Amino acid sequence: MKTSKKSFTAIFRNQIFIPIAALLLLVIVNLIVDPSFFKITYQLNSDGQHILYGNLIQILDFGSELAILAIGMTFVTAASGGQDISVGAAIAIAGSVILRVLCGNNTRPEAGQLQTTFLVAFLVACVVAALFGAFNGLLVSVFKIQPMVATLILFTAGRSIAAWINNNELPIISDQSFKYFGGYIPNVPVPTPAILAVVVIIVTFLLLKFTNLGLYIQAVGINEKSSRLNGLNPTAIKFLSFVLLGLCVAVAGLIKVSRLSTINYSVIAKDIEMDAILAVALGGNALGGGKFNMTASILGAYVIQFLTITLYSMKVQSDALPAYKAVVVILLVVFSAPTVRNWMSKTWKNLTAKNTAKEVA
Amino acid sequence: MKTSNEKKSLLSKIAGMTDSNLLLTITVVVFVLMYLGAIIFQGKGFLKPQTFFNILNTNAYLIILSCGLSLVMITGGIDISVGGVTALVSMCCAVNLDYKNGNIFTALLIALLIGVAFGAVQGFLVAYLDIQPFIVTLAGMFFARGMTTIVNSSPFNVANEQFVKLKDTRIIVPFMGSVNKKGVYVDSYVEVGVIVALAIVILMFVMLKWTKLGRQFYAVGGNPQSALMLGINVKFTRFMSQFICGILGGIGGFVYFLHVGSGSPSHAAGAEMNAIASSIIGGTMLTGGVGNIIGTLFGVLSLSTIQNIVSSAGLDQAWWTGITIAAMLCLFLVIQSVVVAGKKKSLRK
Repeated sequence: MKTSKKSFTAIFRNQIFIPIAALLLLVIVNLIVDPSFFKITYQLNSDGQHILYGNLIQILDFGSELAILAIGMTFVTAASGGQDISVGAAIAIAGSVILRVLCGNNTRPEAGQLQTTFLVAFLVACVVAALFGAFNGLLVSVFKIQPMVATLILFTAGRSIAAWINNNELPIISDQSFKYFGGYIPNVPVPTPAILAVVVIIVTFLLLKFTNLGLYIQAVGINEKSSRLNGLNPTAIKFLSFVLLGLCVAVAGLIKVSRLSTINYSVIAKDIEMDAILAVALGGNALGGGKFNMTASILGAYVIQFLTITLYSMKVQSDALPAYKAVVVILLVVFSAPTVRNWMSKTWKNLTAKNTAKEVA
Repeated sequence: MKTSNEKKSLLSKIAGMTDSNLLLTITVVVFVLMYLGAIIFQGKGFLKPQTFFNILNTNAYLIILSCGLSLVMITGGIDISVGGVTALVSMCCAVNLDYKNGNIFTALLIALLIGVAFGAVQGFLVAYLDIQPFIVTLAGMFFARGMTTIVNSSPFNVANEQFVKLKDTRIIVPFMGSVNKKGVYVDSYVEVGVIVALAIVILMFVMLKWTKLGRQFYAVGGNPQSALMLGINVKFTRFMSQFICGILGGIGGFVYFLHVGSGSPSHAAGAEMNAIASSIIGGTMLTGGVGNIIGTLFGVLSLSTIQNIVSSAGLDQAWWTGITIAAMLCLFLVIQSVVVAGKKKSLRK
């Protein structure tokens, strides 16, 4: 009896409890409102291809960019104690670079007229995104500017730079195989973004498992001075976390551009930085840096996408979506706030104490 | 010999300045240089006082929002909901005036109530429940933007007579007029919003400089732990900073509405980031404890002047504005960081 109670409180105290509880809540709400929400069918899509179809698949599909960004954001948050608000703008840049490299000066290339292969374009985008990440990292680690302020620079300039890269034109790629990254690969019924997300997640976990990166990042985040005294280089580690986020941005940018085969500089990945930060916060990670739990962050990202899709399935207008999201977010953070939790556990204890007293009597 | 002595005394003077004054001086100097540069290189347009007053007219709301942001940033917090609140206020006021036969007073009341509500809720969550201000106000921003669409999803102009009269009220600035091309003397004018903005700047300046509460904001932002030990009610102070910022968001929203005279979900897009940028350019540090309202005023002026310069220099493609503002922000941030780091070093010696 005692052990079960202990393990119960352990689960309650565990960081991953928050996103799981949120997920369960969403699942229950959906079950009550409309059980067919969870239906997954195997059907033909417009390209004459057999694919899996359903809300859950959509969550996996459209949550992938967010999950990928959440990984990078977790590193940045943990190492620097601040958030990068420029990821949306950086995605616009990465996407713009991909299109520019693929199309060259011809904005309407026919299939087969592309300048290079997709791999080269993606690698160039990786380099560019990593460079912009490095710029942010430089400001944060060397000049000691707060992350949110330092990334405000790229936030303001990013979309303008993205438009400037393509001379403010909107290249359209008509090559069907470019759509594979944001859609479906032939004969694979699972959306490619989900596969890409899984690949990135696996790489991240291998990185955390076989290198000391995770430990170092946490050490720097918890106490910069003592980590330096222990022989770490906090500047380099903070810098590195921003470069890693840059790479995540490049992958997300590829998916985003591939979904549409074109780009809209002011709309692409709009407000995604807010969702990515929320994913980290929802995962129970301290936004002030220090310890992090990668699984919780990734789960948080999918929970946010779950919420979005749930609201859509309830026929909420897309422009009004933020208002509902805000209410949910506020409820979540209020219930996960230490002050509220302490108060709740106290009242819970009082209640149980009264009950046992009654039983004894 | 003498010159080196003078130099030394100047340097020591600079080193002896508080962070706040030093950053303020940099901002003011840069603004004056920029404006002089604009007059010299871009000619007569900037020489007309009306150009300057137009900058004030368009950015009166931004001055008010930036004052609020400076306050929360001095206290060590942040508020990114002000842009959303501005949009919500202008939409609600527009609906009230146009559909519901409201008058200016009900509209103003609505604006203030929205500001108070946002300020109080966000302040409570930040100060008493210890939730990160960024997350709270992020949710506030989402909520405000979403509500704006729910109230009315399409943009529309307000035709209420009383309102249009107030909107078109021009306050003539004496002795600042200029002669136009036809040789007719034209008076310079400012709109009502500018007066409100300047009044708020003065009020905030006095409050931060000479009242107990004002000094408490600096103390809490500088070091909450020692502020607590000094007997300051840290939670209440943080609540007040967020609360006042919310109210200023409401007033700023009304001033914005008064300037544009319409309601639209896309109004004031990115205003929060402009306000934060202005505060930073004005010498407020996000780490808390350092900042100055006069600097904020000059921050807004610098930001909007550079926008004017860029667009009148013929670089009117949309991306140039974003890039120049970012470059300027970058410059100021690096200056701040270098100056503060250098000062710390010189103090240690």
